[in-house]
Amino acid sequence: MSLEQFKNRNVGTQNYRMLDLDPTPVTGWGKFKQVVRRSLSLELLVGLKVTLREMIKALFFGKMHTTKYPFEKLPIGPRYRAIHEMKRLLESGHYRCIGCGLCEKICPADAIRMDTHYGENQRKEVSEYTINFGRCIFCGYCAEVCPELAIVHGGRYETASEQRASFSLFDDMLTPIDQLKNQKEFPGYGSVSVQADKNIKKTPLAY
Amino acid sequence: MMEVTYLGVIIKAILILAIISAIAGFGTYIERKVLAFMQRRLGPMNVGPYGLLQIAADGIKLFTKEDFIPQNANKMIFMVAPIITAATAFIALSAVPVFPDFTIFGIFVPSIAADVNIGILFVLGMMAAGLYGPLLAGMSQANKWGLIGAARTAAQFISYEVVTGLSLLAPIMMVGSLSLIDFNHYNETHPWMVFMQPLAFVLFLIAGFAETNRTPFDLLENEAEIIAGYATEYSGMRWGMFFIGEYANMITVAVLASIIFLGGYTDLWFIPGWLAIILKIAFMFFLMLWVRASWPHVRPDQFMWLAWKVLMPLAVINVVITGIVIMV
Repeated sequence: MSLEQFKNRNVGTQNYRMLDLDPTPVTGWGKFKQVVRRSLSLELLVGLKVTLREMIKALFFGKMHTTKYPFEKLPIGPRYRAIHEMKRLLESGHYRCIGCGLCEKICPADAIRMDTHYGENQRKEVSEYTINFGRCIFCGYCAEVCPELAIVHGGRYETASEQRASFSLFDDMLTPIDQLKNQKEFPGYGSVSVQADKNIKKTPLAY
Repeated sequence: MMEVTYLGVIIKAILILAIISAIAGFGTYIERKVLAFMQRRLGPMNVGPYGLLQIAADGIKLFTKEDFIPQNANKMIFMVAPIITAATAFIALSAVPVFPDFTIFGIFVPSIAADVNIGILFVLGMMAAGLYGPLLAGMSQANKWGLIGAARTAAQFISYEVVTGLSLLAPIMMVGSLSLIDFNHYNETHPWMVFMQPLAFVLFLIAGFAETNRTPFDLLENEAEIIAGYATEYSGMRWGMFFIGEYANMITVAVLASIIFLGGYTDLWFIPGWLAIILKIAFMFFLMLWVRASWPHVRPDQFMWLAWKVLMPLAVINVVITGIVIMV
């Protein structure tokens, strides 16, 4: 798409196919002629043909539209922003979160609450991390701001639960340690760009 | 060989009641399925295999629902109105022959509950009397939507009933009898009436759609315009009786069209008569659903215009031409 095409916002005036309609009859004789013409050309049967064609297509050619939802699910986009996921480091299996608190700070709905402490090896560790999904607006800022790609959005969009706590605790959002091999990077907001390896440059040491 | 007894008539009446109620219930399932297929949906699927038990689920729901009567309604009439609709629909079916006569256990059974010699008039009259159901229901329920529905019932009723009568007049003149059995016998010696009276067939179909409140003419209970029209305040089994009456009427119109215009239960090539008429009735029923899936409904004023200014003159012209042809 060229830039000119891209910037053209007058989408409404172009690709319309105008119907070839006769002018509305004004006189009684004109109306009579229109009725006779429409009745004798059997315009009504065209509608019947369309529905029958759709029925035959649906029944015999597998063109049924229905998705039996709880049993079948449509794929959602990889950048979809649903319930959060906490990622682990691939090498060590330790969670990526460094307890910087940026997500807590940026959250416009004030839904994230975290507590940290210094662990045994003087590494900051997360002692408490919850997201209040009653307040979360799924804006994606937390994923965007996270420097470690630790908190991202997942694809879990069925958010009905008996208790809020059943999906808002840190451990529930964390990738299970035995699923570490299957952990996928989130391609949405805040993720590393596709050409990240190509774009990386050596930092010059001397100016 | 035994003659028709009172017992036989009672048995037949019970059979008609039972079978037509069951078919009316099954008709709702078929309607939902066919409409769904035409919109490339699946329709009811979860209750029973292919949703077949949906009828039972609906029935249980209707029976256990609260029977609600509005405070300002005329309670007596409000309670009677659905019974009128359902009862007249079944009474009309008593004078309709559906199958060829047969012999069972050595007893000769004419498959009609009451072979009255004014069959067509009786059926049409009963179906017309059934319109008192919506009319009284709409007027008694102290609801404005219901009142509009009742007004539309009256307007629609006087419009199409003229067309029904006049369109059937031409076939009646040709057959020379009002008995539906004579109509069927007429088909044995002549080609189907639809080939001799195509205009009357089309007019009768249109009037039949109006008579059963099917979609192009469902002015009485149009959800988009007047909530549910005459049935707005009804719930539970009273509403269900309106529904059963409507479906029984659909079957009556389908049977009438099959017997008068489509050859009735005479044998067709290799198809035995009883199967032939079942196929014809099924096709007419399917046609009603098909039309519902395809066409939008008309406005009340458009319907008046259609009935009085188009259909009635056409019917009169048809009668006159038929008369001239018969005379010459």
